[in-house]
Amino acid sequence: MNSLSSRFSSWRHTRGTRDRNLIQSLGFAALTAAALVTVFPIVLVVGFVFWNGAEAISLEFITQMPSDGMRAGGILPAIVGTIWLTIGTGVIAVPLGIGAAIYLVEYAQESRWTRIIRIAIINLAGIPSVVYGLFGLGLFVLLLQFGTSILAGSLTLAIMTLPVIITTTEEALRSVPNSFRVVSISLGGTKWQTIRRIVLPQALPGILTGVILGLERAAGETAPILFTAAAFFLPRLPSSMFDSTMALPYHLFVISTQVPGMPIQIQYGTAIVLLTFVLGMNIVATIIRSRARAKRQW
Amino acid sequence: MNEIVAPETNDYKIVIEDLSVAYSDGTESLRNINLKIPANSITVLFGPAGGGKSTLLRTLNRLNDLADVIETSGHVWLDGKDVLDPEHDTIALRRKVGIVFARPIVLPMSIRQNLTYGLELAGKKDNGEYQKIVEDSLIAAALWEEVRGRLDDPAISISGGQQQRLCLARVLALQPEVILLDEPTSGLDPISTGKVEASLYELAKKYTIVLVPHSVQQAARTADRAAFFLGGELIEYAEGKKIFTNPQDQRTEDYVEGRFG
Repeated sequence: MNSLSSRFSSWRHTRGTRDRNLIQSLGFAALTAAALVTVFPIVLVVGFVFWNGAEAISLEFITQMPSDGMRAGGILPAIVGTIWLTIGTGVIAVPLGIGAAIYLVEYAQESRWTRIIRIAIINLAGIPSVVYGLFGLGLFVLLLQFGTSILAGSLTLAIMTLPVIITTTEEALRSVPNSFRVVSISLGGTKWQTIRRIVLPQALPGILTGVILGLERAAGETAPILFTAAAFFLPRLPSSMFDSTMALPYHLFVISTQVPGMPIQIQYGTAIVLLTFVLGMNIVATIIRSRARAKRQW
Repeated sequence: MNEIVAPETNDYKIVIEDLSVAYSDGTESLRNINLKIPANSITVLFGPAGGGKSTLLRTLNRLNDLADVIETSGHVWLDGKDVLDPEHDTIALRRKVGIVFARPIVLPMSIRQNLTYGLELAGKKDNGEYQKIVEDSLIAAALWEEVRGRLDDPAISISGGQQQRLCLARVLALQPEVILLDEPTSGLDPISTGKVEASLYELAKKYTIVLVPHSVQQAARTADRAAFFLGGELIEYAEGKKIFTNPQDQRTEDYVEGRFG
């Protein structure tokens, strides 16, 4: 007690109150600046894109086929293609990812095996997306002969999205208090009844958030669909999952680098549509999460 | 191998025979427990923490299966059937032998749903009898008057004492035969504690009750019969009046008189 207070008083003598206040203010200013600096680029990107592309946005732009070598008209096939790829990815990755997470959290005993699976999943998330693209080309397009198609692209994107869905679902399942499981079992519930009636409903908002964030990433990726699904230009909408398709991110790449004389508004207009699509999913995820937090009963 | 025969269980609901339980972290939680628990009475398991009371309780409805147990040996005869038999239907067992935990753990749903949850798990459809079961079990747990007007409110919205009585009612809704209570009043105020104890006296007329009390005083108040556990062993088992006024074992006496805790 005594030694503590003497230490404090000696410390107090080294710097005056004014000095300390100055240091405090400087530190505060530096942290505020750091926060602002990180927000700045995001605002800049969104602002820049909208500033340059707003002119191109019209009902026609999102409902019409491209014309004049994609220099005019709309981008409907790219929008439809991205929607199909996102749905395809979801149909494949969501049940698999949630199933795997349920197995890992609720059923698997902690063992060398589950640790290996977890490490594999974490590393899967670190693979560069272009490598997924190449893998998809080799396996789905060529070996399984799906061709350059929505199916091959969705499968490739699904593999890339799986780690995100599995890890976020695992986290959501773990956040459900274990006491609920014990109570449910003690009332004569089977393991599966407990998972279905207690654990999954409680974890659902967290799972949905993870699913949406995963799909959002898939929707915005270019490299994985580059060799597996994307078409340079298609004057029609895809009619089956074995069709190749235009897609927003790849279309943006094409019209930004491959087509001479491309009006800048069309490029940025396409970027606006892609951003809106992705940010829209993000907002939905945020709403789900905050609603669930307000309603949570534990 | 010699055939395992159930002992005479006419007068006893539960007969525990040579029960030992060991956990995987090397602690042996129970050693050679022999205990006969009569029906329609309150049997109290008491003693200092770590004595194996909770383990014994959770072994009776096989909830201990969820714990890190490496070995359970011996027999627990319930109505002449060994619940430790691997073939024993644990789902049916847990409906028949309900448990109330130390902390009130209500499920994240309404008061009513908490009560009907077990029935739904059992596959019982609501043909109009749910309402009566809800009412009866709440009355038996001395909670009906306090919540009758808000059965569809979230269970978390009622007080801790009320939640614990809801947990008791939730067990009663399954119409069990045995009720296990693991320090059910440890987190409750004296008034709520009194209400829970009062319903236990009433319930003992119909059910077999095994209670781990949260104090010696509660043990003395509630016990028809009491078993003193110390370090995984059953030290003494006798009628409540006898064990608290005239204990036979020195260790029981020391504990009851508060010489160690």
